[in-house]
Amino acid sequence: MMGEVAVLGVGMHPWGKWGRNFVEYGVAAARAALTDAGLDWRDIGSVVGADTVRGGYPGYVAGATFAKALGWQGARVTSVYAACASGAQAVDAARAQILSGLADVVLVVGADAAPKGFFRPAGGDRAGDPDWLRFRVLGATNPVYFGLYARRRMAVHGDTPDDFARVKVKNAAMGALNPNARYRKRVTAEEVAASAVVADPLRLLDICATSDGGAALVLSSLEFARRHGHADPVRIRAVSTVTPRYPNTVLDLPDIATDSAVAVDPPAETFRVSIARAAYEEAGAGPEDLSLAEVYDLSTALELQWYEDLGLCGEGEGVKLLRDGATALGGRIPVNASGGLASFGEAVPAQAIAQVCELAWQLRGEAGDRQVAEARVGISANQGLFGHGSAVIAVR
Amino acid sequence: MVAGWFAGEGDGFRLLGTRCAACAAVFFPREDHHCRNPVCGGGELAEIPLSRRGRVWSYTDSRYRPPSPYVSDPELSWEPYALIAVELEAERIVVLGQAAPGVTVEDLTVGMEVEVVPGVLHEDAETTWTTWHWRPTGVKA
Repeated sequence: MMGEVAVLGVGMHPWGKWGRNFVEYGVAAARAALTDAGLDWRDIGSVVGADTVRGGYPGYVAGATFAKALGWQGARVTSVYAACASGAQAVDAARAQILSGLADVVLVVGADAAPKGFFRPAGGDRAGDPDWLRFRVLGATNPVYFGLYARRRMAVHGDTPDDFARVKVKNAAMGALNPNARYRKRVTAEEVAASAVVADPLRLLDICATSDGGAALVLSSLEFARRHGHADPVRIRAVSTVTPRYPNTVLDLPDIATDSAVAVDPPAETFRVSIARAAYEEAGAGPEDLSLAEVYDLSTALELQWYEDLGLCGEGEGVKLLRDGATALGGRIPVNASGGLASFGEAVPAQAIAQVCELAWQLRGEAGDRQVAEARVGISANQGLFGHGSAVIAVR
Repeated sequence: MVAGWFAGEGDGFRLLGTRCAACAAVFFPREDHHCRNPVCGGGELAEIPLSRRGRVWSYTDSRYRPPSPYVSDPELSWEPYALIAVELEAERIVVLGQAAPGVTVEDLTVGMEVEVVPGVLHEDAETTWTTWHWRPTGVKA
């Protein structure tokens, strides 16, 4: 088993469309996390920033950008980018520094100011860039991929649009209880069905929005935690940041085609399953140990896929798990008690950090109306473009 | 905007990939520098035409105008088109493409046979930008 790091502080700037600079959200979240940890910014020996590709140069060096905004104090700096997994890579970088003794206490920050509508690539002609090509050649936006996955689930597992809508209903109900969520209204299945189709069979309310937001963590060694009066902190026991194995035979963003399975048989498990398995192995735990999960519901259908990929149920059984109420508050394994991306929208570099914030609040018993009873072990999981994905397991 | 992804006309139209001479792995879009099979030491990458026909792995459509760099005339109202991910059996690969004009999601089912046909992505005064489309084989030309 891997060594653990303590979560001393968590903080978030509420998600929304505030029209301000990403740095403001990150700094607000950072200050909240430091306050929560009972530490001063000057106590922090290392800062890890999760980058944004929408903030110009400052976004590519987010660690330094946040360090400057908080006030230069000579801290070690790291900046990471891993698409939707950026926040988890930031956690992993912080953890590696702590476990190797390079730093005692690390501030992790991610924030974004999202565009209106579809995410799009940066300008210019870039024929060597798969993310540029899928837009230029096919007009394949992110919802197109989500639509493909949803239709595939309908054909292979018999899922229906109403099943997908139930995921939104569940998540909206929990988001209504979350002061940091952007969307805080309950939604009915009828409202989902009445929303416009974006990428058949998915409708507007099946697909997450893009949002502004910021989240931060203060992580430390267990020894530092003890010395600073944190007797029983939330601990991160695993961080998975694995890449796919060749051949990757599931069409993943932003690819126009899969790998070919002609030369080598596909691996026994899909990439998403391998993300979770690496975390379970590192933590010495299994899906049966989980109290709750935070998953990347970019679309309603994708949440059902995550149930299966996390091993919460067998292949094709995601809908049954949902309809049994198992993944709602009060169920056996609440998923997205935060309200999920359905209630937040996506703020790319902040999102994986926000997932860990939720796990921490839940494990501390500080989740208020959203509290999962007796939460002891939580997992977060996401997947991003270009072979990125992550899972974090936290315990208390 | 990309060279060497397809060739031919009419019934002779094919997507072009590359195949590694050492391990027989197929790549689309083409890989011209080094085989990406990690257990392969690397062989010569030769251009090959991909199978013309395949089966629908999944499909969807695009009800809202995609952002640039996708090119569409902002003066014209948006006409949705379908997209199809197609499994090619011989190459054991799934390739995404737009559906031929006039094909909608109502016409498609997972598992149905489709074939690759030439298409036009868009035209301006100087250039016709060509592409590939997928079309159900039951459809008459």
